[in-house]
Amino acid sequence: MTIRRLLIANRGEIATRIIRTCRRLGIETVLAASAADRDSLPARLADRTLCIGPSRASESYLNVGAIVHAAVAVDADAIHPGYGFLSERPVLAKACEEQGVIFIGPTPAQIECAGDKLRARAHAEAAGVPVIPGGAVGSAADGIAVARRIGLPVLVKAVGGGGGRGMKRVERIEELPGAIQLAESEAGAAFGDARIYIERFVTGGRHVEVQVLGDGRGGVVHLGERDCSIQRRYQKLIEETPAPRLSHPFRQRLHEAAVRFAAAMSYRGAGTVEFLVDPNCDGFYFLEMNARIQVEHPVTEAVTGVDLIAEQIAIAAGRGLRLGQAAICPRGSAIECRVNAEDPARDFQPSPGRVSAVRWPAGDGIRVDTHIESGAWVSPFYDSLMAKIIAHGEGREAALERMWQAIAAARIQGVASNLALHSTVLASREFQEGGVDTGFLVRLLERAPMLVEARLG
Amino acid sequence: MTLTAKDVAEISRLLEDSSFDELILELDGLKLTLRRSGASAMSGSSPSSTTSAPEIAATARSDAAPVLAPASAATQNVTAPLLGTFYRAPKPGASPFVEAGSAVEEDTIIGIIEVMKLMNTVRAGLRGTVIDILAKDGSLVEYGETLIRVRKATQA
Repeated sequence: MTIRRLLIANRGEIATRIIRTCRRLGIETVLAASAADRDSLPARLADRTLCIGPSRASESYLNVGAIVHAAVAVDADAIHPGYGFLSERPVLAKACEEQGVIFIGPTPAQIECAGDKLRARAHAEAAGVPVIPGGAVGSAADGIAVARRIGLPVLVKAVGGGGGRGMKRVERIEELPGAIQLAESEAGAAFGDARIYIERFVTGGRHVEVQVLGDGRGGVVHLGERDCSIQRRYQKLIEETPAPRLSHPFRQRLHEAAVRFAAAMSYRGAGTVEFLVDPNCDGFYFLEMNARIQVEHPVTEAVTGVDLIAEQIAIAAGRGLRLGQAAICPRGSAIECRVNAEDPARDFQPSPGRVSAVRWPAGDGIRVDTHIESGAWVSPFYDSLMAKIIAHGEGREAALERMWQAIAAARIQGVASNLALHSTVLASREFQEGGVDTGFLVRLLERAPMLVEARLG
Repeated sequence: MTLTAKDVAEISRLLEDSSFDELILELDGLKLTLRRSGASAMSGSSPSSTTSAPEIAATARSDAAPVLAPASAATQNVTAPLLGTFYRAPKPGASPFVEAGSAVEEDTIIGIIEVMKLMNTVRAGLRGTVIDILAKDGSLVEYGETLIRVRKATQA
């Protein structure tokens, strides 16, 4: 069926991003916004904006009833959930099915499978995708047995967690029973699911993920990988594609594993299979699947020329995969910097407030996805992402050079930002050489705090 | 720096959604005090910084949203506590809960908002007389949209 009117159940830069593609495709947009976002840029860009509830996300962006009611009332053909909020909650996808509204994303069963980290793990094993040694843990005795088998240190993880939430690192066996008990009660409170599992803690690993598109009938293509190793407390800061310093055969094995994983569940829509790459043994392990569009999708778009939001919409409308694997030919390198309203000099404290003046970079090979203009508010109710700056070049060096210029040209007044931190990372030799592990940023911060504090003016 | 009406509306919305009862904002040459419980609590310390009442209505930009006149102290807007379909009567064909001219008490039901088959009653929340009914029967109302306007009863 044709999607003529689409309700966006999200906010910020991703809402703006979805509207841009809809405009190009001639699809009418209805933005479901909270009270805090009534005058935001996406609210002004959308064909229509409906206020679905107060600022607190629990009463607006997480309010399934209001969102689905709004979609039905305005006669929207489909709902795009963006990322975060309800994008990976099966409840919205289910409510859409019940009301005859297209959910732009995977099936409720697929969302459930990806969200249950143990099931996803088992699924990976069944698809012949390597997982980190570990397993389910029902008691302290279980945990000790598993830890003895796989070796310490281990990570205690919540089955309902993901994205780094609900994880504990345990160094010594005698700390394990306490950590298990604490993790269980925390997981129960945070995710409504007290189940936990244990995995070996892999040091010096890199975070590399593969973008896939599935038609829901077993057809899956990949759009290359992204290296997201520049992160702090599991929050990604910089992402790039292709992942530097991987051999061609290794890269291919990674892509094939992701396709195998997604194809085995007849995955529908855009998804990302995350891997931990162990540079020492030249191996990789399945981490989790993100069953939605990712924040960092633009780097993939930059090198492939594929509009991932448009493909999501086409698959949701039943048009299947419009691109064969052979038609997807990444060209050059792309890098993304997430510009957040937070102060690296004050332990990354969020810095909400009014952005009195802002100037985003522009030019060849530069793309900026943002909802922040001069005078806009960074609300204390939501995450602090203000913009994503994406630089594309013929090679990695050219892309990095463009990004360096772009970060230097950006100006943000009224709120603190992490622009200077981006410059610090871009200027570091290790990063320039490429292929750093997920511990790199923390080590850099310990070594060069003065550089982070240095403002760009 | 100066605050525009839009800024004040935004700030008052933030207060509204927060757990605080009062917000005092001091910027050079301007002091803004917002208090949760009604009456005009706003004071400008310099003559140039006087702003309108705290109930200042945001001018919603979408064509579907109502453009509201700021309510005065004597007139109050009863707004939708949630998004949904507004019904003026308990069932089709029945007489409406209230009409223009109806007297209302705090707990008088003025309409129903249906969200996914769940019926939520909306009460007046104040004593007074209904001036007019702005929301159409059976129409989609947004969170915060004015449903009816009420002239407040003078305190006995």
